[in-house]
Amino acid sequence: MEDILEQLSQCIERGKVDIHAAFPSDMVGEPGADELTIKAIAQGFSAEEILNKALFSGMQMVGVRFRENQIFIPEVLMAAKAMSTAMTHLNSFFKQSIIQQKGTFIIGTAAGDMHDIGKSLVGMIVEGGGWDVVDLGTNVSTQMFINAIEEHPDCIVGISALLTTTMLNMEKTVNEIKVKYPNKHILVGGAPVNQSFCDSIGANFYSSEPHTALDYLNTTLENHQQ
Amino acid sequence: MRSIIDRIKEGNVLLSDGAWGTMLFHLGLESTACPELWNITNPDKVYQVAKSYVHAGADIIETNSFGGSKLKLDMYGLGDMARDINHAAARISREAAGEDVCVFGSIGPSGKILMMGDVSMTQVYDAFSEQAISLEEGGANALIIETMTALDEADIAIKAVKENTSLPVVCTFTFDKTVKGDYRTMMGVSPAEMVSTLISSGATIVGANCGNGFDGMVEIAKEIRKTDQSVYLMIQANAGIPEILDGESNYKEGPEEMAAKLPYLFEQNVNIIGGCCGTTPDHIAHFADAIKLHNENK
Repeated sequence: MEDILEQLSQCIERGKVDIHAAFPSDMVGEPGADELTIKAIAQGFSAEEILNKALFSGMQMVGVRFRENQIFIPEVLMAAKAMSTAMTHLNSFFKQSIIQQKGTFIIGTAAGDMHDIGKSLVGMIVEGGGWDVVDLGTNVSTQMFINAIEEHPDCIVGISALLTTTMLNMEKTVNEIKVKYPNKHILVGGAPVNQSFCDSIGANFYSSEPHTALDYLNTTLENHQQ
Repeated sequence: MRSIIDRIKEGNVLLSDGAWGTMLFHLGLESTACPELWNITNPDKVYQVAKSYVHAGADIIETNSFGGSKLKLDMYGLGDMARDINHAAARISREAAGEDVCVFGSIGPSGKILMMGDVSMTQVYDAFSEQAISLEEGGANALIIETMTALDEADIAIKAVKENTSLPVVCTFTFDKTVKGDYRTMMGVSPAEMVSTLISSGATIVGANCGNGFDGMVEIAKEIRKTDQSVYLMIQANAGIPEILDGESNYKEGPEEMAAKLPYLFEQNVNIIGGCCGTTPDHIAHFADAIKLHNENK
């Protein structure tokens, strides 16, 4: 019976959206995330089981394979598309509060930085890991981060930068958030960012790739619940 | 002026310029500002950067138009100024270049991923076409599509240049080292895949720019040469990975250190050598000495 969850997990991991999808080429004509989610619901699996045993596990493998350079951004985007397709069938269960998100993650690119791709990738992996993601976009001012924190007081914040010039703006944003919310967890990442920079600006965590961001969020949540 | 291709065919290694962005920041460009708008608001400072590379001995200088496509300028609300900004960028570099130095009009990525569908192929083609036409009108002698990572976007950009201008096209990609030790762009493209696709799209010169420093570029040049011994090859390396010291970014690889390693690129028959992020006119002046020595003794 659980074969279908395994199959669905494979579809997420490989980015197989539906039976008509041409990607990946070795799965053409096979059912995808769309059909298998409908089938799993019909077979009586709960939305929570489908989420945990198929979707999250599939996305977790995507994170691992991306970290190991077995796959690259296009494959991650396709996996995220398969995930969001499956989620359309589970959304009604969320609305009835049958299943809960783990928490809220607010993410944006530092002020002055127009780079979208890395930040969005982190957002997709974190969302795929069961978090509600609020994507503030690129060139996000400190005030925009603070406004979002006010709206989601229990959130964890992520800031990304691709340029050495804009990573310096991270410091100002981190400082101002910490003045107002001293205990707010902030993680930083992006090509020029490293651990020593993270430490020097007083951020809580440096994420070298998307999956470590999700690991950090999950660990923070567990520590908070204990 | 002799064409850049004729000069390559003579067998000499040619020298291109170094970084523009880091130079403009030193001259006061704010990190939240649009660098390309300076072509209109601070043309004297843009000219200063261009001229500094001419004085350093570059055979080729680029233009301050890396983020000058309408799609990138739209992020600053400046999309409607694309034509004027690119025209000015080429004019400034052309004036600084004088008689003997060639101007490569710079075209950077659109910042969009085509497969995500948030922008159409036509929109990307139109934006690159407008930029290419304006750079040619402003006086560019060739166009360089650089820091690319995706084959589909590079293909569209090359076609936009070929179908709308009479200029030769250079296209360079940016690679990272994978955990397995080979090189791929963030979209998964290998140097070998890049070369075959770009040549069939119509690029005359291919290569790599940016990256993580000089040593990586030597390995990338080797990978390219493994698949194609004759394609004209251009390499522009970063001065290493930047470190932040006292609120400023510092690049570790100095002019002497990088220039001393140029023979590794000569061994790979690289035709055009220059710098990317963090390299300065001082780097290029040192490169000029090493290249002159190489060309005299070849």
